[in-house]
Amino acid sequence: MGDKVFMQGNVALAESAIRAGCKYFFGYPITPSSEVPEYYARRAEEEGLVFVQGETETAVFNMIAGAAATGNRVMTATSGPGFSLGQEAMSFMAAAGLPAVVVEVMRPGPADGEILAAQGDYFQAVKGGGHGDYNTLVLAPCSVQEMCELIQESFELAEKYRNPVILLSDALLAKMRENVELPGRKEQNCDLSWALTGCAGRKHNVMTTCGDGSAQWEKYNLDLQEKFAKIKANEERWENYQTEDADIILVAYGSMARVAIGAMKLAREAGLKVGLVRPISLWPFPVKAFEGLGDKTFLVTELSAGQMVEDVKLTVPHKENVHFYGRLGGIVPTPKEIFEQIKKLGVK
Amino acid sequence: MKTIYKRPEVLTDAITTYCGGCGHGIVNKLIAELVDEMELREKGILVWPIGCSVYADKYYKMDAICALHGRAPALATGIKRCLPDKFVMVYQGDGDMVSEGMAEIMHAAVRAENFSVIFINNAIYGMTGGQMAPTTLLGQVTSTSPYGRTVPAAGYPVNMAEIMANMPGVCYSERVTVNTPQRITATKKALKKAFELQFENKGLSFVEVLSPCPTGWGQKPMDAMKWVDEKLIPIYPLGVFKSPEEVSAK
Repeated sequence: MGDKVFMQGNVALAESAIRAGCKYFFGYPITPSSEVPEYYARRAEEEGLVFVQGETETAVFNMIAGAAATGNRVMTATSGPGFSLGQEAMSFMAAAGLPAVVVEVMRPGPADGEILAAQGDYFQAVKGGGHGDYNTLVLAPCSVQEMCELIQESFELAEKYRNPVILLSDALLAKMRENVELPGRKEQNCDLSWALTGCAGRKHNVMTTCGDGSAQWEKYNLDLQEKFAKIKANEERWENYQTEDADIILVAYGSMARVAIGAMKLAREAGLKVGLVRPISLWPFPVKAFEGLGDKTFLVTELSAGQMVEDVKLTVPHKENVHFYGRLGGIVPTPKEIFEQIKKLGVK
Repeated sequence: MKTIYKRPEVLTDAITTYCGGCGHGIVNKLIAELVDEMELREKGILVWPIGCSVYADKYYKMDAICALHGRAPALATGIKRCLPDKFVMVYQGDGDMVSEGMAEIMHAAVRAENFSVIFINNAIYGMTGGQMAPTTLLGQVTSTSPYGRTVPAAGYPVNMAEIMANMPGVCYSERVTVNTPQRITATKKALKKAFELQFENKGLSFVEVLSPCPTGWGQKPMDAMKWVDEKLIPIYPLGVFKSPEEVSAK
């Protein structure tokens, strides 16, 4: 491991990506993600990085697709409105098997919205915001430390499956400063025989997402589905806190999970048996985290009108036992506010 | 016996999907000849568009990628920035470049990206079935301008070669066509110049090719060749609009 520093989330993430060997960054400024491109631009010369500020996120997402096609580690960082513009290329990269990493720093929508913390882009990230049948891995850290570790892992996962990976951050995590032990340097270590580099000494490589008849395109889709099934089987990530004896289980991710931990402590102090399931991979959704918890009562808390709650309902056997509490517009509830909701459930 | 002409080595055995009388096939073959002559096959990446040339990746034994509609210059930017020593060619039609992808081509020029762009202008959407393009002539009948293009409805045709010549990031801009053998030879010369300039890192090199589209225009192939002379060239004059000599003189 590397250095202990007190660092802002966006900056620590950018530094960890550079240490993961991500030399290429294409971006467009948008609050609350702009420190990431700024940091790449600042460090470009001393680290030998390539930084390009594109004209739109539409272009930027296509640029990272092009860079990923050459087999190099590449990243962009954006927020909701920019992420929406990038969706055609997300669909393209998933179809073409391009291992780019996208940092999505959520702010409240819809449309231009606000610039504080939110989680309303869950559907867009997890369900595939672009067209067609595809999935992208989605990882959701809840601290600056975890963000640094997950961004490095994102590059490895992207290459392992040749699929884009989304690191789903939010304005709170991005702007917060925390003590963090920065991860060390990582080397790229994967098969790159598929990459576009000029076909010296090998058969030429072609990447196209244009189907050649329905039969061929169905087969292409089925191969993609096989890959997604493999990711689903192997890459669930979560953390469970005091779920064994709990009567009520909170479900929360990202910044909201930290509030939920505070609420859980208040409840435990008051004698209520409350636990927490914290999904880390949002796609694949951590179904295994809920094994053996079928009879519990669940309270899903999100900074949205209720998005992940749908996946919880699809996962547990009694969806009538799944309750929801969310705040919108950039407002983050306090632990006490969540504790009040726990009490309302009336479970002893 | 001396070989005077042979099928370019870089070509696969695939049969193209172009209509009879279409200019794409001619330009595609010129590219293949130049790849052979300039030994670009093993050091090049071809970036194809959405449009009639969407299957062109199948015609060449070369690394290639087919971009999203309009986005080829952005995709090529990602490739060229990672592989600055490789040959990167972007190929786009008029619907792809001038409508869907105007921002991407303009900003590739703004950034002086070191790749070559071949722009096929046939004044119509070919693959989708003959709709109006930004390059469609005033009065030209298409399936979305059934009574002819008018200014109040759709404004004016766009002269890309002239626009690109005005961009400081473009080192070479020429308009050519392929409706006579002499002009085909001139087109090859223009493409060669564009490809050579790429290795001098002077910025974007741009060749616009006026290309007959008999199917989209509803004409016989020979009539379409004539229509290039009678209708297209008066609006889209042939010539060099910017040469690298001018650039270095500045």
